Amino acid sequence: MAVTGIVFLLFLVAHAFGNLKVFYGRADYNTYAAWLRTMGSPAIPHRLALTILEIVLVLCVLLHIGSAVELALRARRARPIGYAGGRPKQSYASRTMRVGAILVVLFVIYHLLDLTFRVANPKGIAGDPYDNVVADFSNPFVTIFYVVCLIVIGLHIRHGVWSALQTLGRSNARRERSINIFAIAFSVVLIAAFLAVPFGVVIGVVH
Amino acid sequence: MKLTIRVWRQKNEADKGRLAEYPIDGIEPDMSFLEMMDLLNEELIGKGEDPVAFDHDCREGICGMCSMAIDGVPHGPEKATTTCQLYMRHFKDGDTITVEPWRAAAFPVVKDLVVDRSAFDRIIQSGGYVSAPTGSAPEAGSTPIPHEDASKAFDAATCIGCGACVAACPNASAMLFTAAKVTHLGLMPQGQPERYQRVTAMVEQMDAEGFGGCTNTGVCHTVCPKGIPLETIGRMNGDILKALRP
Repeated sequence: MAVTGIVFLLFLVAHAFGNLKVFYGRADYNTYAAWLRTMGSPAIPHRLALTILEIVLVLCVLLHIGSAVELALRARRARPIGYAGGRPKQSYASRTMRVGAILVVLFVIYHLLDLTFRVANPKGIAGDPYDNVVADFSNPFVTIFYVVCLIVIGLHIRHGVWSALQTLGRSNARRERSINIFAIAFSVVLIAAFLAVPFGVVIGVVH
Repeated sequence: MKLTIRVWRQKNEADKGRLAEYPIDGIEPDMSFLEMMDLLNEELIGKGEDPVAFDHDCREGICGMCSMAIDGVPHGPEKATTTCQLYMRHFKDGDTITVEPWRAAAFPVVKDLVVDRSAFDRIIQSGGYVSAPTGSAPEAGSTPIPHEDASKAFDAATCIGCGACVAACPNASAMLFTAAKVTHLGLMPQGQPERYQRVTAMVEQMDAEGFGGCTNTGVCHTVCPKGIPLETIGRMNGDILKALRP
């Protein structure tokens, strides 16, 4: 969970930086999107780097979900009878890891259909991701769905960063507080960067 | 004080069990939770009914025998407190309190609120020891130990093995217990020879007992009557990663 989670975090940081290019205008954004396919050219063949990245991400998704399912099944076997009287306090982020993850999976499927395969996009123009993004966030329902899902992803990351560092044995009493502050700061900044795009479209900076 | 106690009644391991409700009067705020249970049992015995079986021993918060989930929280609502050290003044007159045994497949219910915690003993047996030369006591101070290590090891060693961590964990994981033992021995120079084989053996035994996996929710630490620090889990994870390295 920890290692694959860190792969996702690195990907998301790169993804957020790419997204912010939308504020440089249509030409810059679309050139960047095209560059993703010509990365490393001419040394590396067309779309090879992107394809490798996609394969790594798919493998990580499978391993991450596989471990999560195993943990959930183990937890169910380990406590066949629950408590009738209530439950101890637990952080919202850690309590919603599993249920939130289901929404994240649905979001990723929708997001790929929307902006990668363009079948769920209102415009779906090949080679013009800028227009597709603007078309998306001109629809308030799509915007609200994206915002809600991003906040859920933020909560998932808030617990995930702390949990990954603890699992990898990087935490101790001295670092615990800083790790948790880092986890909160990291998820807030990352999600704010992602939210900037729909926000930009809604206030008309991106059009 | 007048209370309603909903208690888990289960005749034996095979019985399905159910929650039974008992009204109880005449509780003093200065009674401990276990004294309240004693009062309930006296009434039950007086009426010719079977008293509620529950584990208890020292009643001063150091033996780790008491094990009640009070309104779903192991050892009740007070921080760093065992059930025997929990006083009735923390409850309100007229409250309904639900009392259940630890809920974990690895801790089968023996009767009512008594669970079998032998799984913890087997985890200890698998590696919770150090090889020490026998003979006369060694010269005091002959093995220097940094003060910080000594106090951290002592913090971990205060674990009384009550199982509240397992009972509270949403995954019924025994990580905090095992990590406390691994940390307490792993920080001491005397614990170094078996350090990595210990952590492997204890984690394997922990998994074999049918406890769940750790997802770092931190609930174990919140309910722990001894406040065993979460960093013990980080230390154990660090050790297990080192032990697994080829």
